[in-house]
Amino acid sequence: MENKLDGNAAAGTLQAIFPFDMTRVQATCTHCGTANPLGATATYMHGMGTVVRCPTCDNALIRLAQMKGRYLLDMRGMRVLQIGAEA
Amino acid sequence: MERTTLLGRLSWQLGEVVAAQAETARTKSITLTLPTWRGHRAGQHVDVRLTAPDGYQAERSYSIASPPEEQPRVTLTVERLDDGEVSPYLTDELRVGDHLELRGPIGGHFVWEALMGGPLLLVAGGSGIVPLMAMLRHRAAAGSTVPTRLLYSARSDAEIIYRDELDRLVGSTTLLEVVHTLTRAQPPGWTGYHRRIDTDMLREVAWPPERHPRMYVCGPTPFVETAAASLVALGHEPGRVKTERFGPTGEA
Amino acid sequence: MSEGFISRAFRGRRQEPDVAGRLPPGQYLERGFPVLSAGPTPHTPLDRWDFSIEGSVKEPKRWTWQELLALPHETPTVDISCVTKWTKFSTHWEGVSVDTLLQQMAYDPTIARYVIAFSDGDYTTNLPLADVLGGKAWVAFGYDGQPLAPEHGGPARLLVPHLYFWKSAKWIRGLRLVERDEPGFWESLGYHYYGDPWKEQRYWGD
Repeated sequence: MENKLDGNAAAGTLQAIFPFDMTRVQATCTHCGTANPLGATATYMHGMGTVVRCPTCDNALIRLAQMKGRYLLDMRGMRVLQIGAEA
Repeated sequence: MERTTLLGRLSWQLGEVVAAQAETARTKSITLTLPTWRGHRAGQHVDVRLTAPDGYQAERSYSIASPPEEQPRVTLTVERLDDGEVSPYLTDELRVGDHLELRGPIGGHFVWEALMGGPLLLVAGGSGIVPLMAMLRHRAAAGSTVPTRLLYSARSDAEIIYRDELDRLVGSTTLLEVVHTLTRAQPPGWTGYHRRIDTDMLREVAWPPERHPRMYVCGPTPFVETAAASLVALGHEPGRVKTERFGPTGEA
Repeated sequence: MSEGFISRAFRGRRQEPDVAGRLPPGQYLERGFPVLSAGPTPHTPLDRWDFSIEGSVKEPKRWTWQELLALPHETPTVDISCVTKWTKFSTHWEGVSVDTLLQQMAYDPTIARYVIAFSDGDYTTNLPLADVLGGKAWVAFGYDGQPLAPEHGGPARLLVPHLYFWKSAKWIRGLRLVERDEPGFWESLGYHYYGDPWKEQRYWGD
């Protein structure tokens, strides 16, 4: 059974980095173009890091790792974050 | 590490355990007071962190079971996983007077407030009832009359968390219906559902799509995916189906 | 505030004794086999599956599932170490040595010094070519006497037990030989390009 959750699971880590609730942020996938709130994504979390994937096409929207006192984020899979408008 | 956040939005807080009470054989509700708690909304969760003397740490997420009206008290209902690292500590070791580190509240996507209206459909699998119970407790505390239905899947009668309180809420509030399905063992004379949630069951229990209900589904990942897909197949708007998946073991 | 807080009577899971010298530094002994997935489990049907070696080679080559299974098998028993600190002793595998596959290729090892292992989905990992030669690596399709389960990388995964286990790419579909080291999925995100557990090379700069 794979360690798949939804965007709510990454919310704590994301909220420690971004000064707003990322689960309500709408992100556009650079691969398929659909926009989804990050809370509704497929999230894979384990000891190496967190991968937030587009619920439509599984493209990695956010890849996140945490080590040695810092976070590394790769967000090439998403663009046009919409922050502040509730769906 | 956690304090390198830009605005210090979410930092670790220390809560004191003021109550610990078994709900079922494997679940326990732990109530904490948190002096720096800023309040929460029903459906949100917290991250809990345990630290060993040598600095080793383990973190897990738990949904808040208590409604916002009870702040600064926060109650978590924890299911003990036999091979868990954190849950056995919380259910077996933690005592009144102990302290627990947690951060939150977390997650604005999976929340319901009475102001949001309904009708409201809640679908719970096992320990997925916890955040939905926070919603029901908030609904009662707010005196809300939003028409609400809860479909709650548990393995047996003895494993229904909050069983008595759910009966009381049905009796004491208006327009609340609770439907149980017991998937492994049923008590003698049981006339209710006795299978896993499927499209037919949801068709019978859920509001029709024309009512545009707000829907919240919570439980283990496979349960949530099946239930959410069924609701969409019945014609409900995908955007109104909010889901929270716990890991396959039941811990988020 | 809560800095330095210690949870009363919490010890965590790591209670296994260190088996003298066999556990790499910072690791604990794990009896299970944790599943760590960065994405959905692929399910490529075997009649559409293939394994290729491409890149800085004279001519790329592709093996179908049947062709792979027809090659000589080995049954290595190895310890595996995950960067998340668990080590599992004496895991039993069955597969084709990467030496067997590379023997069928023509390439210049002074130019093609690195490989990128690529898998179904978007996972990649990078290794020096020398680290998949000399009996150090396999394309493994059997675990513990059974076909490799999908959640552990089946039908086939790369097995490179002398490095941290994220290098043993699940759902492997091929190796691309390259001239310069290119960081893969986790290596781009702070994880060590090489990953020797005995030197605790977990992250960049270790």
